[in-house]
Amino acid sequence: MKTLINQARALSPAAWSVIPRALWPVAAGLAVAVLMHAVVGPNVPGFTAKMMLVAGINIILAVSLTVVNGFTGQFSMGHAGFMAVGGYVAASITYYGSIKFFGSADFAGGALSWTGSGPHGGGPLGKGDLLFMGSCLVGGLAAAGAGYIVGLPSLRLRGDYLAIVTLGFGEIVRVLLQGTPDQVQPWRAAEAAETPWYSLMLKLGGPKGFNLLPTYTTLFWVYLFVTITLIVCYRLKNSSTGRAFLSIREDEIASQAMGVDVTRYKVRAFVIASFFAGTAGGLYAMDIGAISASDLGFLKSFECIIMVVLGGMGSISGATLAAIILTALPEILRELPPVWPAGLALLAVMAVVQGAHRRWHPRSLVVVAAVTLVAELGRRYCASQGINLAEYRMILYALLLIVMMISRPQGLLGVREVWEIFGRRARRPGAVASPPGASSGVSP
Amino acid sequence: MSAIQLIARAAAVVMVGLSLVGCGKSEGGAGGGSGGGGKGAAGASNTNDQGTGDIVIGHYASLTGAEATFGISTDNGIKMAVAERNQAGGVRGRPIRLITYDNQGKPQESQTVVTRLIESDRVVAVLGEVASSRSLAGAPICQRKGVPMVSPSSTNPDVTSVGDMISRVCFIDPFQGLVGAKFARENLGFTRGATLYNRAQAYSAGLNSNFVEAFRTLGGQVLTEQAYSDGDNDFSAQLTAIRERSPEFIYLPGYYTEVVNIARQARRLGIDIPLIGGDGWDSEELKNAGDSLNNSYFSNHYSHEDTRPEVQDFVRRYREVYQKIPDGLAALGYDAARLLFDAMERAESLHGRDLASSINSTTNFAGVTGMISIDANRNPTKDAVILEVVNGQPKYKATVRP
Repeated sequence: MKTLINQARALSPAAWSVIPRALWPVAAGLAVAVLMHAVVGPNVPGFTAKMMLVAGINIILAVSLTVVNGFTGQFSMGHAGFMAVGGYVAASITYYGSIKFFGSADFAGGALSWTGSGPHGGGPLGKGDLLFMGSCLVGGLAAAGAGYIVGLPSLRLRGDYLAIVTLGFGEIVRVLLQGTPDQVQPWRAAEAAETPWYSLMLKLGGPKGFNLLPTYTTLFWVYLFVTITLIVCYRLKNSSTGRAFLSIREDEIASQAMGVDVTRYKVRAFVIASFFAGTAGGLYAMDIGAISASDLGFLKSFECIIMVVLGGMGSISGATLAAIILTALPEILRELPPVWPAGLALLAVMAVVQGAHRRWHPRSLVVVAAVTLVAELGRRYCASQGINLAEYRMILYALLLIVMMISRPQGLLGVREVWEIFGRRARRPGAVASPPGASSGVSP
Repeated sequence: MSAIQLIARAAAVVMVGLSLVGCGKSEGGAGGGSGGGGKGAAGASNTNDQGTGDIVIGHYASLTGAEATFGISTDNGIKMAVAERNQAGGVRGRPIRLITYDNQGKPQESQTVVTRLIESDRVVAVLGEVASSRSLAGAPICQRKGVPMVSPSSTNPDVTSVGDMISRVCFIDPFQGLVGAKFARENLGFTRGATLYNRAQAYSAGLNSNFVEAFRTLGGQVLTEQAYSDGDNDFSAQLTAIRERSPEFIYLPGYYTEVVNIARQARRLGIDIPLIGGDGWDSEELKNAGDSLNNSYFSNHYSHEDTRPEVQDFVRRYREVYQKIPDGLAALGYDAARLLFDAMERAESLHGRDLASSINSTTNFAGVTGMISIDANRNPTKDAVILEVVNGQPKYKATVRP
């Protein structure tokens, strides 16, 4: 018995190595965030920066939903509900906290969260930033709490039943938030300062939405959270918990037979996903400067689901890619850029990749070239006939989605990650041997 | 693999490549420039205008989505105003170019397109939105970048309190509540009222509380306030409760879909007192109510039957272009654009702060929807019209002054 404990003890990591392992996602997040803030942000046009910010929030939503819908194979349709819980809690803390602590609901952050025009002039961090960060985390915790409460009874259900329960949850959250009393506006700050916390925090604006929030969300904060979310979810996927999730997805009864506590792991997946959805809600609210429950109904949940399904159920990099594509595509379709550079670039990449693996698919190359040609000719024709493609962009968007799902029902990447695609092929007999994961340096 | 599958797959691949390349595509001309490093409410000022060539203005609207008709009507009104102005020689001798972007009725999308208008298209002013929630998403960006924004028809009071760059040409919810109360109390001489409103809807709930407050101030009595929620179809419980108190009229600040249902059910329950509502009633769908809405009134921004020459001119020209009678949103879009042109003509320069102060000092602008003067809170003071419903057709009844 004693030797068994000793053996187990020897297997668990030493205390000194746990702390850096726990902290490196945060450090990596900070590094990426600083890079985005200092290098990327100032050097891209304002509109592109805005798109990157929106894409970042969508990445957090899509990747967190992947934990439930992808890893664990459950079908949650209430992701926007958790986002709303987190967003409203974060907004309430930031807004009323600013009034209570700083005397007004104005922006009180440092240069890192400065969204006004012109340089900020102050230090990188202000007191407002701490409040904002804290509120996003508390918002995430509140959403996680909601996830626990919803998950505990309902995750004994499966498939369609769970989908209906989560859909119901999202609608309940929306209706409850719409029933909250009027917001105390910034010019009534004195009145707010005298109202006790517990009643103030619930004045969330009801159907009018919770408006006039100070805006803190910048590329820095968004990509800090994006990086942390990606690393946490990636590590989760490869941990024992993650393997339990995957086993539930593959076969619930078999995994139960192997000793996996199915309900417990489902709840765990739900709570983790809800936490990140909640933080995304906080970032969303303080980006727009307003949050309205009517915009976070089931349509928003469906948007998240589309990203996960398109990316591939269970693929983190797939969900990330899908979030970026689905954010960018409606904007690109507004003014369709020339198609042939993308087509040519794609042809070149395909040729290089196929050449490197010595697995030629001449037909795929021809088809890509043909589709590019047809798309470009169609675009030119519409332009010459004065047909404004922007008016049909949502139809084009839907068409492209349909085409995607017909051609790749398993999603862009299936259950694999980006860097696993070529690794797997290489392992097939006859192909050049290379260790899995070594062929590409792409990170999530 | 069949040919269709192959083509579909290739199309998918091209699409991925396209969007990845598109992400990196840079837009011409970054940065709105900055007049002063002022914070939030103090407001910056843009220098988007180059002094020559077209004057570019932007409009963001819901051209698709659940509220597409709102956006399309408004856009029609604005387009007409721009075309007329350009025919008459433009503003400051320069032609006006309008860029309209669809926001699918989403706040996040509104922010994206407003950013795009300001930073990529370098507009000197922004028009939009109909829904207050989307105006409230776009407004902070306009305020931060120092680009004036004129909302044609957002009635939530919060919209213009975002800052000094934001104004509007429609009256706000409290005023419409006041108009309803004034009309009931003074024109019809009622003292005992009841209300039935949608508690899940900002518009309806806000109008209800403003009406109740105003009606009590005018010496009236509100006997009961009944509420329903989105998607309710059966209102008999609330209507029975109202009938027990025997009021002289019911204030019904909802949208036309619910109003038609409520009116029918009320008449079936033997409630034949007048129903009074707000601009949410304004729709051709009212004809579905048949005669059950007879003897009912609602306040609105304008009536196409108004005999003022501005209105009749506008209605005639709009019918020529679009072959239909303009609704209130088209009239407000038209007014917003024309008020903006008027302010541009008077402004010292087309840079953000000059243009905003010129808009904010507008007095007695003769719009289709009434005389517009922008007050200190950048809301207009203007008249409202009361329409009477006769067999499902709204007829001009009276004008109520603030």
